[in-house]
Amino acid sequence: MAKVESKKTLPESDLRDVLREMLLIRRFEEKVEERFRAGELPGFLHVAIGQEACAVGVCRALEDGDIIASTHRAHGHTLAKGTHPNEVMAELYGKTEGCSHGYGGSMHLYDVEHGNMGANAVIGGGLPHVTGAALAFQMRGEPRVALAFFGDGATNIGTFHESLNLAQLWKVPAVFVLEDNKWAESTPESQHSPIRDLSERAKAFGMKALKCDGQDVEAVYKTTRQALEHARSGKGPVFVHLDCVRMHGHYIGDPQVYRDKEEARKLAETRDPITLLRQKLAVSDEELNELDTEVTEIVEAAVEFAKNGTDPAPEDALKNVYA
Amino acid sequence: MPELSYREAVRDALATAMREDDGVFIMGEDIAEMGGSMGVTHGMLEEFGPERVRNTPISEMALAGAAIGAAMQGMRPVAEIMYEDFMTLAAEQVVNQAAKIRYMSGGQLTIPVVFRTQGGAGWSPGAQHAQQLEAWFVHIPGLKVVFASTPEDVRGLLWSSIYDDNPVVFFEHRTLYGVKGHVPEKIEPIPIGKARVHREGEDVTVIATGRLVHESLTAAEEAEKEGVSVEVVDPRTLQPLDEETLVASVKKTNRAVVAHEAVTRMGFGAEVAAVLQYQAFDWLDAPVERVGAKFAPLPFAPVMEQFVVPHADDVLAAIRRTVGRGN
Repeated sequence: MAKVESKKTLPESDLRDVLREMLLIRRFEEKVEERFRAGELPGFLHVAIGQEACAVGVCRALEDGDIIASTHRAHGHTLAKGTHPNEVMAELYGKTEGCSHGYGGSMHLYDVEHGNMGANAVIGGGLPHVTGAALAFQMRGEPRVALAFFGDGATNIGTFHESLNLAQLWKVPAVFVLEDNKWAESTPESQHSPIRDLSERAKAFGMKALKCDGQDVEAVYKTTRQALEHARSGKGPVFVHLDCVRMHGHYIGDPQVYRDKEEARKLAETRDPITLLRQKLAVSDEELNELDTEVTEIVEAAVEFAKNGTDPAPEDALKNVYA
Repeated sequence: MPELSYREAVRDALATAMREDDGVFIMGEDIAEMGGSMGVTHGMLEEFGPERVRNTPISEMALAGAAIGAAMQGMRPVAEIMYEDFMTLAAEQVVNQAAKIRYMSGGQLTIPVVFRTQGGAGWSPGAQHAQQLEAWFVHIPGLKVVFASTPEDVRGLLWSSIYDDNPVVFFEHRTLYGVKGHVPEKIEPIPIGKARVHREGEDVTVIATGRLVHESLTAAEEAEKEGVSVEVVDPRTLQPLDEETLVASVKKTNRAVVAHEAVTRMGFGAEVAAVLQYQAFDWLDAPVERVGAKFAPLPFAPVMEQFVVPHADDVLAAIRRTVGRGN
């Protein structure tokens, strides 16, 4: 318990590292946009620019042995859960050095060694896995927690309701993290949900629900710690509602015709989680530039690593179908 | 050798695995106090308790998905989907998730989960409680598909399915639960991917699954009286398919009938016919005959249901047609 107590909040030294990590994710995502537009990346991609505090705040709060399930907007979660940028970038380039060895791509990033049980391209698809993984931990008496990321759009799909119901019914050690960016692709929350406070949905199952500003990484961390503690102590699952901002489109290249440009610009100006943390820590321009140079180099190196990666042999497509 | 019903054989495989291995547990709707809608898990709650004989809400997506999640963490769950018809509700988790997680992760994960389900006509449940949907799942790379027709097979194959590291969709047939048969004293695992020749013959091979294995054996006896010697083969596992045994049999008899209770069109028999025409083309003396349900949902009225699904008479008619083609 002593360990848990001491980790309720982040010391300032850690917060500087948090800022660095958020900046790394931001630069990584920007580079992904750039390389996609240059025609280097196959498929289609979703970046989480603006939601870095959610990924970093949540993943920092986890203990070794805890696991996550992610979404189609998975780059930040994956990096924050400990996968090396080289391996994430190599996956986006479809190389065998990628974290899913070229079988997954942006929407199917896996890194089991680091406790990432996979991004999921089906909205809500990973939620029952989190309930089931938490059930396994409970049955074996392991002090581990399974945590799901999902967006507001997912709160309308059947797996969301069924998974939360089952998790609460069985009091499994799971945490359900809603990154509420107010958009289901191009559909605003007012058009996809009849209620404004989506944590009401968790309360309907009798589930403990916590809410905080998803742009404030300290708050995200603290709230997640509280949720994890509750879940780990056997009191049942927790719903964490993060109020956050998707600063870019649904996918790279999304012209966002559905969105008020001025409002989006204002949000980016006032609610950027990196700017907010920087202001809080009073980081100077010089310090920030230093950090920026450092993370930009890491991202550039990741692109080099990925480009020099190995293409799978076409016939490798027939491997891994069965164990 | 002891005699068990098909139902008892399923239960014996589950209970034996659960006695020997803490990682094996069962979950599904009404499987605890009620013992399952087909009585398969009757008495298991008393022996293993509610943690491992886990009643679930009527919630197929979550129950299938939670089984997948537990399997991802090293358990060997057996999820009971009460009726095959309800596999359509679990299909997203079975098809998009269980079948593909190993692949999408580049081989990092294994999903040792079994989805046990059952269906079959003959008791007038109507259109939503008796479909035979095995062909849907045979079409999905990453899934193994088993359909056993006897107590011995169902026990040995369920055992192998529980200990297979891949997701297995395990079909049982409702009207077979009461069928009795001798089984080995101790469970003998039956390899997934091995067909069983039930009856040797010289003139026609009938390849049948589920209830139609029994109907085909009856038809074979009738044909025998007419001087036609029929071989009856049950693939037992539909994916992987023991093509070698099926093709060898047809090369011997030169004629083939495929028979299942599912709708004929796009049914599993279509794939078997394709395998046979390609691998045994020069041996075939007649087109491969197909026996299956007519192209309609299952009707309620007993006379209509009887008309839609195939019986021994339909298999016999197909045998006669193929023999009637001459050499």
